[in-house]
Amino acid sequence: MVTNKIYLTAAIMALALAGCSSTGDKQDAGAAGANGSSLANTSGYGAGGASSGYGAGGGSGFGRGGSYTAADLDNPNSPLSKRVIYFQYDSAEVMPEYVSIVTAHAEFLAGNPSQRVTVDGHADERGTREYNIALGEQRAKTVANMLKLQGVADSQVQIVSYGEEKPLCMGHDDECWNQNRRAEFAYAGH
Amino acid sequence: MQKRLHTFSFPRAAWECVFGALRRVSYGSRLATAGAIVDAAGRGAPRLRSHAARGNEENTAERRLYVSSVILILVALFGVSGPAHAVLQIEIIGGVESASPIAIVPFGVQGAQLPEDIAAVVSADLNRSGRFKSMPRENMLVTPTSPDQVRFNDWRMLNQDFLVIGQVRPDAGGYSIQFTLFDVLKGGQLLSYTVDSSAADLRRTAHRIADMIYQQLTGAPGAFATRIAYVTSLMGDKGKRLYRIQVADADGFAPQTIVTSPEPIMSPAWSADGKRLAYVSFETKTSAIWVQELATGRREMVSNLPGINGAPAWSPDGGRLAVTLSKDGNPEVYVLDLQSQALTNISNNRAIDTEPNWSPDGGSLVFTSDRGGRPQLYIAPSSGGSAQRVTFDGEYNARGVFSPDGRSLAMVHGGGGFRIAVLDLKTRAMRVLTKGPLDESPSFAANGSMIMYASKAGSEGYLSAVSFDGNVHQRLSSETHDVREPAWSPF
Repeated sequence: MVTNKIYLTAAIMALALAGCSSTGDKQDAGAAGANGSSLANTSGYGAGGASSGYGAGGGSGFGRGGSYTAADLDNPNSPLSKRVIYFQYDSAEVMPEYVSIVTAHAEFLAGNPSQRVTVDGHADERGTREYNIALGEQRAKTVANMLKLQGVADSQVQIVSYGEEKPLCMGHDDECWNQNRRAEFAYAGH
Repeated sequence: MQKRLHTFSFPRAAWECVFGALRRVSYGSRLATAGAIVDAAGRGAPRLRSHAARGNEENTAERRLYVSSVILILVALFGVSGPAHAVLQIEIIGGVESASPIAIVPFGVQGAQLPEDIAAVVSADLNRSGRFKSMPRENMLVTPTSPDQVRFNDWRMLNQDFLVIGQVRPDAGGYSIQFTLFDVLKGGQLLSYTVDSSAADLRRTAHRIADMIYQQLTGAPGAFATRIAYVTSLMGDKGKRLYRIQVADADGFAPQTIVTSPEPIMSPAWSADGKRLAYVSFETKTSAIWVQELATGRREMVSNLPGINGAPAWSPDGGRLAVTLSKDGNPEVYVLDLQSQALTNISNNRAIDTEPNWSPDGGSLVFTSDRGGRPQLYIAPSSGGSAQRVTFDGEYNARGVFSPDGRSLAMVHGGGGFRIAVLDLKTRAMRVLTKGPLDESPSFAANGSMIMYASKAGSEGYLSAVSFDGNVHQRLSSETHDVREPAWSPF
């Protein structure tokens, strides 16, 4: 089991920050039901918070042990702000450097059983579209299984594969393809 | 593959032939903000109202304003861009040496000017087939409109093999179009018909005339009066992408949007009667398969099981859809009976199985499977049973589609890029028809003569077509800049 997680201990800071933001006020009124099938959630999905948060990462300091709250989802310093992980070509295996991100989301979900996540699987543009839907699903499924192995209930996790239909990067080169082979954690309203 | 480049040999160097008027259709007022917006796209359907009014002067003027009326036939040039106004514009970028010279004289018109240039539409169709090269109008010395005005020597002198003339008369509520096809060399008449048409149907009537001429001269039915469906993805307001399925005439004219969604739409598939489209939409934030009637826009969700609901393909009898479902864990090909909702698992394998397509007799399905380690094509009985691998050439062969005669499969062939290839099921010979690097979604014309497919270059996705023999290449460019997944309608 790979455990290259780095946890700095700034739990007090984290809690302080968490206390500052309320979960409710960011929620789109139309999506308040946390109904994953409502199109009103689209704004949350496309807001780009996930991808922009990624890479800005750096040494965020949070305690472990299921102490995440929904407020952490909106905290740019929380590991939960990292919502995208990337895959190698033709692979659905989670690479070691992304295990800590998956684990953070697992801990959050396991500690907050009322929270639900949709794991979106994506592929790069090479190959046929429907085959890429299948590849994207394998990626989403691998991540979902990791969550479940860490105590997240089946009912908390949905997966959907978009294949190559929602690229983050529009070019036809390795740089873009690397960004497009990914899985994303999507929380309604965050 | 040895590529033969167009060998058109027109006497003029100036090669821009103005062939016809091209409408620009605006959908601006129907942008979706939530959910999918559905439109009808049938003859006489609400979305076509503007066609019905096309005879009046105001419309004609407007059309002239909007339009580019140019189809460029580009000789020995790839990737040359044309006028920006065309919705889908066709460039022929390859030809065959044997293309027959044919003169299609502008049809005589009695009364007010016609809203469509019939001869121009017929010329463009025949040129697109690669089997014919039509004579530029400016080279015509005479323009007969009735058989008694035809002198074959005029056309022999200009090296034409065939001649088409015609006349259009206003009729009760429409037009009566009389046309005649002549064999110039033999000096005889080959075909003569009178066709009635409403004003709204004039373009389609012109395509039917092209079909008749094509069939008379080649022995094979023409597929010019067919349509294409395709998916567009366009950045809308506020940086949000909008996905659409559009249906246009086979020459790219008169596109109609039939569904719009802020979430991906993919895999349009025609029913055998050409009246319905099945497609995949993510508008509910999960994949679901929908069936939509074109004439009314009425639609129905036919599959939204957990996991993948994808790759719909209609059975030839129209009663069943082959689909991909991953409800039990991994993607499998199923046959869904639309009446009983019964599902039959066709692939029965733990690997990825997807992209089913029916043989024309309905007896078999071809599908993509990576059960051997890499994606390859397999054929199984459509009633269920063991699958036989049919592709062995290359490490990636996917999205197989049967030719209308059932003898061949077109597919996406990977290895140094992705290209369109055709496999002869009897001889097992594989021919790569396109150059890639990212070609996909092959779809046969109803007569099997051409294969349309999607290509990518830069930030553009565009449609291309190649003749079955690989000799004639066409590019259909679009102003929306991301067009893909062409599906060519049946007859």
